[in-house]
Amino acid sequence: MARRQIQEINAGSMADIAFLLLIFFLVTTTMDTDSGIVRRLPPMPDPTRPQDDIPIRERNVFVVLVNRNNQLLVEGELMNIKELREAAKEFIENPNYEENLPAKEPKFFEHFGTLEVTSKHVISLQSDRGTSYKTYIAVQNELAAAYNELRDELAMRKWSKEYKDLNEDYQKAIDDVYPMKISEAEPKNVGG
Amino acid sequence: MAHFKKEKKGVPAVSTASLPDVIFMLLFFFMVTTVMRETTLKVVVKAPKADQVKKLEKKSLVSFIYIGKPTQSLTRIYGTLPRIQLNDQYAEPEQIREYIAAERARRSEAEQPQMTVSLKVDGDVEMGIVTDVKQELRKASALKINYSTLKGDPLERQQY
Repeated sequence: MARRQIQEINAGSMADIAFLLLIFFLVTTTMDTDSGIVRRLPPMPDPTRPQDDIPIRERNVFVVLVNRNNQLLVEGELMNIKELREAAKEFIENPNYEENLPAKEPKFFEHFGTLEVTSKHVISLQSDRGTSYKTYIAVQNELAAAYNELRDELAMRKWSKEYKDLNEDYQKAIDDVYPMKISEAEPKNVGG
Repeated sequence: MAHFKKEKKGVPAVSTASLPDVIFMLLFFFMVTTVMRETTLKVVVKAPKADQVKKLEKKSLVSFIYIGKPTQSLTRIYGTLPRIQLNDQYAEPEQIREYIAAERARRSEAEQPQMTVSLKVDGDVEMGIVTDVKQELRKASALKINYSTLKGDPLERQQY
């Protein structure tokens, strides 16, 4: 008669499906990596050795002060944080060879040949003890953004690609042209 | 005979041959995704936002320093002033050097220069305490630091 015995399901492929799923999750899961703004602290000055103060000319320093009311004083003038990025970019690049911005010097770079860059510029960031961390990070972020935008622009001009899409060698070359020089100076009381 | 047959035609037992696979799959999944939390947070850290961030690679080389207000259940005992947390407990800035030394000792010599200290600091903390920590880090010559941030626009909801 009707021998309707239900066939056993073949479980042989189950393992494959399991592996498929496993690989899927392996690929898609991003482990929560920490991200942030990476900085290098200056080493502690050696007290046994006398400090040889290298004089830095005033035109080469971009002073950013943040007071305890989270206001910015950039090169002696009150500034909104939104304008900081442009100001920093102009300082680093000095496109019009201005007298009060850092001096440009010709320097040889790999892949680029000789370029005129402001090789001696320094951005000095000073904060008060009462400055909020949020503001400090915002300022750090804007300064980093200034460098990143300049690097992007250079990458666009030279290779028509964004900085992050370049290979390591090219990225390094660009880093050499625009080295990040942000000095988080010794703690000072900037005051209110 | 027909009756017998009908009796036997129950639902066949579900094959459990694949159960081990499923279990293994789950196991692997959790093994991969779980990030070991060595410390329980005793401070509230709501990191500020920034958009020029870099990812921290090599998690094993990163040590953390948390700064923030004590968690709500602990404010009774410790108040609301920002505190530094190292490992599992509150610490004073002077203890950072010890902590860095201990963290160094845990890593091989080749890895030590690449060690990074990630500062997980609450956005509302004042810079004073952060500066103290930074000075201690300089003394301990742990110079590679990372200001831990979330992705986002740093300028939003910040009207001054």
